[in-house]
Amino acid sequence: MFLAVNILLWLVVAVLAFIAAMRGRVLFNAGAREGALEFLRLLPRIGAGVIGSGFIAEVLPKALVASWIGPGSGFLGVIIASLGGALTPGGPVVGFAIGAAALKSGAGAPQVIAYSTAWALYAIHRLVIWEVPLMPPRVVWLRAAVSLPLPFIAAGMAMLLAQP
Amino acid sequence: MTEATPPRPRRRAFDWSTAAIAAVAAAAAAAIYVRDGREHFLAIFGSDLTLFGEMLPKVLAGCLIGAFVTMILPRELVARWVGHESGFPGLLIAAFFGFLLPGGPITIYPVAGAFLVMGADAGAVVAFITSWTLIGYTRALVWELPFFGPHFVIWRIVEALPLPIIAGLLARIALRAGVRVTAERNE
Repeated sequence: MFLAVNILLWLVVAVLAFIAAMRGRVLFNAGAREGALEFLRLLPRIGAGVIGSGFIAEVLPKALVASWIGPGSGFLGVIIASLGGALTPGGPVVGFAIGAAALKSGAGAPQVIAYSTAWALYAIHRLVIWEVPLMPPRVVWLRAAVSLPLPFIAAGMAMLLAQP
Repeated sequence: MTEATPPRPRRRAFDWSTAAIAAVAAAAAAAIYVRDGREHFLAIFGSDLTLFGEMLPKVLAGCLIGAFVTMILPRELVARWVGHESGFPGLLIAAFFGFLLPGGPITIYPVAGAFLVMGADAGAVVAFITSWTLIGYTRALVWELPFFGPHFVIWRIVEALPLPIIAGLLARIALRAGVRVTAERNE
């Protein structure tokens, strides 16, 4: 499974690199350089998030996690989880690391889905740091506002389908 | 003031949210060392390191995909497909492009901003960003899969499928109700 994912991703890289190379060496070099630099910039963030996630999961107070956002916490748990997602800082792995840690500590799947969906869509930190400088602010706030119900819809679907 | 590609902000290698997470992780690691002893500490550290090692080739691939796509994407063509008159199919196309396009925030927001400048409607742009955020394949494969495993990720994505369309429709309703947006970044 994980090998297949790696092969798929690198196949996509190969196709894109080939298209870029066909359009000129400069474009190819710039793309490879930009991608490698981005990777180096991300390394400390991923390192902190991934290597920390196991330790954080181990010290999370399991009884508290289970009672607040456990499978029996219902809609209130979904609200708490969505709020937590909005307040979690951005960055590529933080929300996934905490969500996975909470799942291991007894959180319910719909609640974790609400958490990671809220974090992905409107983590306040990400809106301010990334989106506002790069997009018209009115579009950013419109997007955040219409995204408010989405974690609840996702969690509701998860409860309805009883999966994952 | 309109421009096709908004300037990129400089990115630092180490930011405050990373520092905060690192501090919390270090405190958690110290607590485990004291509470459970060296053996347990090393077991957790070993499995986290393995996860980190497994992620690295995927992350490098994801970064390269993002960089190449940003350079070779025919933005004008995309903007025409998701423009003002695109209707419901425009939302579907925008959501599909969100699924297809890789890259982190640094690559996606300039693309979305460029769509707006080239005449895409805000509803389609909202559907595009929502789709990229929730069902984008590189994001799921590179970042989410190592933490949650395939069963959880596949079901989460299935349950997220209608969300980009819902967000796009809500945005269009808000626009029709009089919410004003412009393509200008500094108002």
